[in-house]
Amino acid sequence: MSGIGGWLRRGLIGLPFLWLAVFFLLPLAIVAAISLTESADTIPPFRPLFGMAAAGLQSHLTLANYRELAEGCLGAYANSLGNAALATLLCLAIGYPFAFAIARAPGLWRHLLLFMVMLPFWTSFLIRVYAWIALLQPSGLVNRLLLDAGIIAAPLPLLYNAFSVELGLVYSYLPFMILPLYGSLMRLEESLVEAAADLGAPPWRVFVGVILPLTLPGIAAGMLLVFIPAVGEFVIPDLLGGPNTLMVGKLLWQEFFDNVDWPAASAIAMALVAIVTLPLLVAQRLLARAAA
Amino acid sequence: MALLEITAASKRFAATAAVDRVSLSVERGELFALLGPSGCGKTTLLRLIAGFETPDSGQILIDGVAMNGVPPYARPVNMMFQSYALFPHLDVAGNIAFGLKQEGMERRRRDARVAEMLALVQMADFARRRPHELSGGQKQRVALARALAKMPKLLLLDEPLAALDRKLREETRLELRGIQERLGTTFLVVTHDQEEALGMASRIAVMNRGHLAQIGPPAEIYERPNSRFVADFVGAVNLFDGEVVAGSDGPRLVVAGLAQPIPLPHRIDRQIDRQIDLAAGGRIALALRPEKLRLSTRQPDGFALAATIASIGYQGGRSTIHLATASGLALRADVPSATAPGLGRGAAVWASWAPGDAVVLPE
Amino acid sequence: MTGSRGGAALRLAALVFGFAFLYLPIAVLVAYSFNFSRLVTIWGGVSPRWYSALWQDDKYRAAALTSLEIGIMAASAALVIGTCAGLAMNRFVRFRGRALFGFMLMAPLVVPEVILGLSLLLLFVAAQSLTGWPASRGILTVTIAHATFTACFVAVLVRAQLAGFDRSLEEAALDLGARPLAVLWRITLPGISPALISGWLLAFTMSLDDLVVASFVSGPSATTLPMAVYSSVRIGVTPEINALATVFLAIVGAMVALAGWLMARQERRRLAAL
Repeated sequence: MSGIGGWLRRGLIGLPFLWLAVFFLLPLAIVAAISLTESADTIPPFRPLFGMAAAGLQSHLTLANYRELAEGCLGAYANSLGNAALATLLCLAIGYPFAFAIARAPGLWRHLLLFMVMLPFWTSFLIRVYAWIALLQPSGLVNRLLLDAGIIAAPLPLLYNAFSVELGLVYSYLPFMILPLYGSLMRLEESLVEAAADLGAPPWRVFVGVILPLTLPGIAAGMLLVFIPAVGEFVIPDLLGGPNTLMVGKLLWQEFFDNVDWPAASAIAMALVAIVTLPLLVAQRLLARAAA
Repeated sequence: MALLEITAASKRFAATAAVDRVSLSVERGELFALLGPSGCGKTTLLRLIAGFETPDSGQILIDGVAMNGVPPYARPVNMMFQSYALFPHLDVAGNIAFGLKQEGMERRRRDARVAEMLALVQMADFARRRPHELSGGQKQRVALARALAKMPKLLLLDEPLAALDRKLREETRLELRGIQERLGTTFLVVTHDQEEALGMASRIAVMNRGHLAQIGPPAEIYERPNSRFVADFVGAVNLFDGEVVAGSDGPRLVVAGLAQPIPLPHRIDRQIDRQIDLAAGGRIALALRPEKLRLSTRQPDGFALAATIASIGYQGGRSTIHLATASGLALRADVPSATAPGLGRGAAVWASWAPGDAVVLPE
Repeated sequence: MTGSRGGAALRLAALVFGFAFLYLPIAVLVAYSFNFSRLVTIWGGVSPRWYSALWQDDKYRAAALTSLEIGIMAASAALVIGTCAGLAMNRFVRFRGRALFGFMLMAPLVVPEVILGLSLLLLFVAAQSLTGWPASRGILTVTIAHATFTACFVAVLVRAQLAGFDRSLEEAALDLGARPLAVLWRITLPGISPALISGWLLAFTMSLDDLVVASFVSGPSATTLPMAVYSSVRIGVTPEINALATVFLAIVGAMVALAGWLMARQERRRLAAL
């Protein structure tokens, strides 16, 4: 045994455990609680869950927020799920060949290429999304080039719609797809591919029959790493989206900051948590297996 | 009082008993070897002594003090690891000084001790080098110096020569012996290489599947093995299995495929004769070392086997000759090359030996 | 390690298009940061005027300092928490609550930021009404929030590096008389230093980049750089942002390159030592 004794062990486990329990789990529990309260014009803007009144302990528990959610907000959820799903598939379609090409590059190049994939990720996400506004607006670079090249007669509506939102999502989350795919491809044994080729399989067959199945864990991990956060994404639909592209993240923000309706925002958050929990548990399984 | 006293130590991992009720004692100043094939439990036993594993049962005493529940950092034992385990972020001097720093030795004494150790292993010029700048042999010296720096009562060495190439191995073996004799520290060496054990140790314990097979000085282990396993593992051996029959001048061994029964040695080792049934009808094995086999082209008086030479392996001073009897029994002889001219493949020879040169073993 | 000729051409095309897509906005930002004209539609010649405008703008400078302060504190806290977590998960195979612990370490990595932000804000509000702390939200609350989710990233890096760590070094240290704490401090932590350094840098970068969580948990006194940028962008296009982005790119690029170089050097050393 490595001999890590009692106090040290307790400390190493206890410190992060306590921190996360207090600053991650507890907050979620509070959100759940507040989602069941009534909104009010007080500070904080909700009626407490339990209160002392003349008649004793009173509960102001209500499901009104969830009811309102079911009545009015389902569209936003559908939008979010749809956009996230589409973005996930697009990221996979673009990311796989990309990761494949990097994985097949000679040694030193690989590290350089990987660095170049990650570099945009490290520069301000907000500003890069904002840059797309400049690119996609009617007088922006993309339209200008197309107009000048004579490909189109009038500027295309590339901004403030589903197209720009999708583009923004794919652009921002692409590295999250590429990295696990790259990891999976790198763990792939070259000898397996060579064996398949040696047995007479044409390249596409080798790909579908050998490479694809063996990189399935990487594909699954990438899809979850894109889908789950994308469902609740705020910045992209806010900056690049239009009136018809309301997503849950923005909905939550609006309810909270604009309407100051904390209970409603909490209900939206809980519904979102419910939606992502299943993929979350799947992701945990996958990542645990990958780390093993 | 023995320096190291192990009493019925056992350790299980999952369903297998890695060490099964092993008892042995090591005297002060000995160079003791634990010898055995991989998986025999020698490394586990070493780790029990060092304190990295706790025995499920049994006791380990070092200098009379029980080691139950004593962690590795509190034992008067130091270990030289098979992979050397040099700290990559410290230089050679820093590595050697590490243990001294942990015990709070003050700077001047510490530096003096480090210098002493470096001189002992002849690495004085390498004090400021980092481990990744050293060759395998150099790393080993540093690892040894580091383990000896604290002047432990007992030094454990885990396969010290395994990672070295052949030539270096022999030189290092002699050096280790020399250092041990000079310092008088008790060494316990774990190895799977029987040549190494025979060449270095003052006493050897042979282990097999968690059990202790035989303990004794090298000559005893080699010349008088007490079991088939020891006879076969330590050095090359010819083994004859058969049934005992009474003979006119002592018991003889009838072996399938041999025309005549083999005369058995008169003196049987007292230690193992309890297990051996020399009454007529008992089944035993007879072990004969290859160098005891004498070959001649003329039939000698007394007992001899007729055989043809299958192959000759020239190894410089000595040659290894493989023979086969008419019935297909394989024999191995180890002769000085000078006595072998004229012998070639297919030659017919007579193989004989003195009955007392063979060792009787239980089946 | 390669495929057919045609395959190589396809792969090259994939790389080119991929990188073009990834770097197009960045190229635009950098190019237009030097554009004399305010508008993206007109090129007015090369000029550093937006950099000096940026430098003189108090709003951005104050926000940058706030972000830096938060980033350094949050990254340092995340380093401690994440390293403890990484060590715990790697070394202790069985303990009560390990499954929950693993979940808590992974969930913040993927859970949508709006949820993280909202939940932490509600925690702070509840804590304030119950205990009076935190009296006001600002740098401290943002730091706590950032430390929480970036610690999980640090834990991932630490775990990955520990997986390849030679445990016999720790045993050798124990054997030489070092107690477990000393082994951790003198042998293990120096041994995983690349993960520690890159973990800190990663946490710092993520803290600097965060908009959503900071918006929820911050207060009037503490505006972070992303918050300042966001409010500017909502109003309209400001070219100073381009300059800011370029500065960001340069700094972060240098830091990431440094981290990568350090890790590569450690790796080379380790391989040479074998």
